[in-house]
Amino acid sequence: MLASRALVRGLQSGFWRRVSTSSGARAAHPHDVDVLDCSAPQYNNRPDTPWPDVPFVRNLSAEQKKLKEKEKGPWTQLTKEEKLAIYRLTHELSFPEMNKGSKEWMTVLGGIFYFLGFTALLVWWQRVYVYGDVPHTFSQEWVEKQTQMMIDMRVNPVQGFSNKWDYEKKQWK
Amino acid sequence: MISAAVLRAVASLTRARAAHTAPLAVRCFSHAKVETDEEFDSRWVTYFSKPDLDAWELRKGMNTLIGYDLVPEPKILASALRACRRLDDLASAIRILEAVKDKSGPHQEIYPYVIQELGPTLQELGISTPEELGIHTV
Repeated sequence: MLASRALVRGLQSGFWRRVSTSSGARAAHPHDVDVLDCSAPQYNNRPDTPWPDVPFVRNLSAEQKKLKEKEKGPWTQLTKEEKLAIYRLTHELSFPEMNKGSKEWMTVLGGIFYFLGFTALLVWWQRVYVYGDVPHTFSQEWVEKQTQMMIDMRVNPVQGFSNKWDYEKKQWK
Repeated sequence: MISAAVLRAVASLTRARAAHTAPLAVRCFSHAKVETDEEFDSRWVTYFSKPDLDAWELRKGMNTLIGYDLVPEPKILASALRACRRLDDLASAIRILEAVKDKSGPHQEIYPYVIQELGPTLQELGISTPEELGIHTV
């Protein structure tokens, strides 16, 4: 019990900002800022809900508050930069920014090929070092005798094996 | 070799249950009244024209409207833009224009038409289009 708690604290101070989400862990880290309260309305960039529940910037600086005050007057008096700033206060991403894709698929596909290649190396090693010899019935001599016997037996004479053998000329057709 | 009497009895039984074929003309569609386009438009114009519309109602209305499988008529959008003005919300007004363009999808003639129809309203209220602000591209 004590050992695990010490381990958690060590990990928190070391690599991870939070290991557990219990309030005990949060109390141990009062400087931790980005605690997400999932019960409160959140901002999101979704083209199917263009007006999220909360604006993007909630804690306005003094300058931003002044801009908001100016917004209450006629909008014809706002400059383009001010209008853009007001837009960006409420919305993080515009529609084109939301809808643009990324190049992540290339990374994913590359990763897939990489691991497939690695697996191929393992399979090759296995074939060379793990598998034993092939049965003696695969040897050249055996296969020759086997084939001759199949021809003599008339295996698949209609559409298959023996059909391909010319019995007069004693050769493959 | 079934006797004729038995056959007659069976025939009379089936004949007694004769008239139960379903009428062919009635089909199983709902009898609910279908709202016309004009009714839909005027309903939404009225929604946004409410003088004491609050910010939540504006957002809810717009999110719902955008959720429908249609691009809203300019008159609905004009009413919504005026609601934004009443709430001192320029960002939402610009977002409305962006959302219209997004809703039009591949039909690229819709957005210029809407902007053209809303021209007087945009000028009166001082709303810049996304193109004027440079956020129409990435």
